Amino acid sequence: MATQQSRSAARLMMAPAVVLLLGWMLIPLTMTLWFSFRRYLPLRGGDLGWTGFDNYVRFFTSSAFWPSVQTTLILVGGVLVITVVLGILLALLLDQPMWGQGAVRVLVIAPFFVMPTVSALVWKNMFMDPVNGLFSHLWRAVGAEPVAFLSDVPLGSLIVIISWQWLPFATLILLTAVQSLDNEQMEAAEMDGASVLSRFRHLVLPHLSRAITIVILIQTIFLLSIFAEIFVTTGGAFDTRTLTYLIYQRVLESQNVGLGSAGGVYAIILANIVAIFLMRIVGKNLDR
Amino acid sequence: MGQITLENVTKSFGDTDVIPPLNLTIEDGEFCVFVGPSGCGKSTLLRLIAGLEDLTSGTIRIDDQDASQVPPAKRGLAMVFQSYALYPHMSVRKNIAFPMRMANIPQDEQNRRIEAAAKALNLTDYLDRRPGQLSGGQRQRVAIGRAIVREPAAFLFDEPLSNLDAALRVGMRLEISELHERLKTTMIYVTHDQVEAMTMADKIVVLRAGHIEQVGSPLELYRQPNNRFVAGFIGSPKMNFVTGAEAEKLGADSIGVRPEHIDIADDGPWRGTVGIAEHLGSDTFLHVHDTGLADTLTVRAKGEVGLRHGDPVTLAPQESQVHRFDAAGARLG
Amino acid sequence: MARAVTPKQKAINTGLAWTIGLLIFFPILWTILTSFKTEAEAIASPPVFLNFSWTLENYAIVQERSDYLRFLWNSVIIAGGSTILGVIIAVPAAWSMAFVPSRRTKDILLWMLSTKMLPAVGVLYPIYLIFIQLGLLDSRIGLVVILMLINLPIIVWMLYTYFREIPGEILEAARMDGAGLREEILYVLTPMAVPGIASTVLLSFILAWNEAFWTLNLTAANAAPLTAFIASYSSPEGLFYAKLSAASTMAIAPILILGWFSQKQLVRGLTFGAVK
Repeated sequence: MATQQSRSAARLMMAPAVVLLLGWMLIPLTMTLWFSFRRYLPLRGGDLGWTGFDNYVRFFTSSAFWPSVQTTLILVGGVLVITVVLGILLALLLDQPMWGQGAVRVLVIAPFFVMPTVSALVWKNMFMDPVNGLFSHLWRAVGAEPVAFLSDVPLGSLIVIISWQWLPFATLILLTAVQSLDNEQMEAAEMDGASVLSRFRHLVLPHLSRAITIVILIQTIFLLSIFAEIFVTTGGAFDTRTLTYLIYQRVLESQNVGLGSAGGVYAIILANIVAIFLMRIVGKNLDR
Repeated sequence: MGQITLENVTKSFGDTDVIPPLNLTIEDGEFCVFVGPSGCGKSTLLRLIAGLEDLTSGTIRIDDQDASQVPPAKRGLAMVFQSYALYPHMSVRKNIAFPMRMANIPQDEQNRRIEAAAKALNLTDYLDRRPGQLSGGQRQRVAIGRAIVREPAAFLFDEPLSNLDAALRVGMRLEISELHERLKTTMIYVTHDQVEAMTMADKIVVLRAGHIEQVGSPLELYRQPNNRFVAGFIGSPKMNFVTGAEAEKLGADSIGVRPEHIDIADDGPWRGTVGIAEHLGSDTFLHVHDTGLADTLTVRAKGEVGLRHGDPVTLAPQESQVHRFDAAGARLG
Repeated sequence: MARAVTPKQKAINTGLAWTIGLLIFFPILWTILTSFKTEAEAIASPPVFLNFSWTLENYAIVQERSDYLRFLWNSVIIAGGSTILGVIIAVPAAWSMAFVPSRRTKDILLWMLSTKMLPAVGVLYPIYLIFIQLGLLDSRIGLVVILMLINLPIIVWMLYTYFREIPGEILEAARMDGAGLREEILYVLTPMAVPGIASTVLLSFILAWNEAFWTLNLTAANAAPLTAFIASYSSPEGLFYAKLSAASTMAIAPILILGWFSQKQLVRGLTFGAVK
């Protein structure tokens, strides 16, 4: 349908978005790369010249690096497992006929709209506080000793908070996928004598696999850069320092920009590995 | 007026030539059908005429005016799309009025034309509905109404009936034909359905891979197909083709006989076994196997014929109706 | 795949789903309830659920002490501004990609998506530096631009998927009917695109409202939106549960309501059209 005239108009209309995003990507990225090869301490002498790969080596070999990678993996992995498994179960449940389906959906989705700082603070103070938190009341009610969640099981507590925030997202997307499942296919399987479990395993799960993959990939990208939840709960203490948080501390707290930038480059590479898989799926979808 | 002339028209998408150099004249008032299998370039050709695609080279003249570089809106043509392309957010009345609104036609003239079109197309009761509330056939009529009110030099139809069910299609076919009789405006109609082409056209243009295979009236194409492709494409059920000894006897690489030109005769030269027999009442279609001539010969017998699956049958082609083709598929004699 | 079941099964489903739904919603409900308690009731042991003396004083105190309305205004400006700016830039881009696709369209779309995957922390310092240089630190305009940029790929994508559902033939019909580019956009495209644009605006607004990396790191006193306002309750004020709850309720209420309207579009927007 395109004629020459409409094509040049199209290019013109795309230009602002493309130019802006190009600038947004290239300028800071180039600067981060530049800093990562320099010894740059804004409060202690400023830019002290080239250091080659020194920052990369130092970031990689620092005692904080591997624990932060481990924390990141546990956090991301834990949230993914919880949200995907519960998300599938919840999606299947919400798909069943019931009274007030719309209202239940609204209840389930709500946490996604709560801003991260609010949900972190509410959980931290009103639920997980060892003295006045709701959980400590509950613990005492059954005669148990209240737990100081955020200092005794900090990472587990964070996983709970973040899973609560992301479960709606997983549920919503999986529910959309469940609803597109072919009813006749299910009936055919029932006619063929497939049990509920084998129908789930051989029909539902394969049907959901694409949606599950997308949930995992998108959540991974967001979870890798989780910040506010850690910032307002533990501030990175008690082994909750993820890679993102470590970089943040290097850059803004200890003002070692060169070192932090090298860490940033690592984070960018990590995110891109995940992104490539996501883009493949999304790209395939575009060809239709 | 609405004479449309294509001179050495070509169209390429990148490296692929969709339309090689093509010449064609569509006379004023003619009902011209472009027919061919999907991907033959017939829709592209229509869109070139409409101005929705740029020409790669060549000239399109409308009433002897060079229109090659004229934008679609200024060509004075109206188009009816396969998907109807109605504006979903406008009422039927507003849909029909839209081209007039764009042309700044005075309001009372607009109303007059809308009423007239609605009356002609049985849409009067639906003028205030949205397209989403109409049936397929009604939507199609709205699309035609939107085209009529512009009083165009020519109507362009792009497979307008392919989204309708079979019964509706027959009805709309008649309506479009009647419209043409009444308006006497040039119409160019694209379809892959040879029945539509045969029943509606003054002139049929058979296309294959962007090439014009043959141009002629429906009966010319039926009686004297230029080549095997046209022979096989026009007529239903399809023409039977026989190669080998039987063809060589007639000095041809292959011969073609239409199903209606094969008689069931006890002294016929061809023998076979009846496979599936389709009894339509008015006709009987026999699919005859084991003739040694072709995999299946289709035979159309008049009325009810008592032959069933497995019965032996002898057949006689009507000699005057046998078409002969050479190795390249071109017509002999 | 929903199908007919017996009333008993339906009752079981209903009971189970409502229990889980309420459980998931409970933290929000608890926050809202607590915001109407006095501080003493808020930490009462055992906790009180509904039988407390309802009061609005926390809301008054929060506004009085911390000038809540200023933070709210900042949030509205930042989320609203970035959304409007983003949509203005994205509509023409998405329009041209959907209706005048070229061989590169797909690559451009995927590339735009890839900019969304850039971890913010990786470019924190450069942005920080640029902001200092341009005097944008702790300014609303700076955040408007940043949040517009991080949401732009999602806005473009969402609009693109909506526009692509508008059949090209309708625009061609308009062209045949004598509409120029201006009329085509004004009378045909825009009315058909409005629902899609509205959902996009909604999602972009929600995402910008809740963004909590740049808003925390690039603001101080002047431009801080509600995310930063709440973060300031981190300690020790966070121990005043009723006030924390009142502040939280005010921060999430507007978006909770908007969010409920946009739940269907959310899937499309956040999966880049990959799940329908």
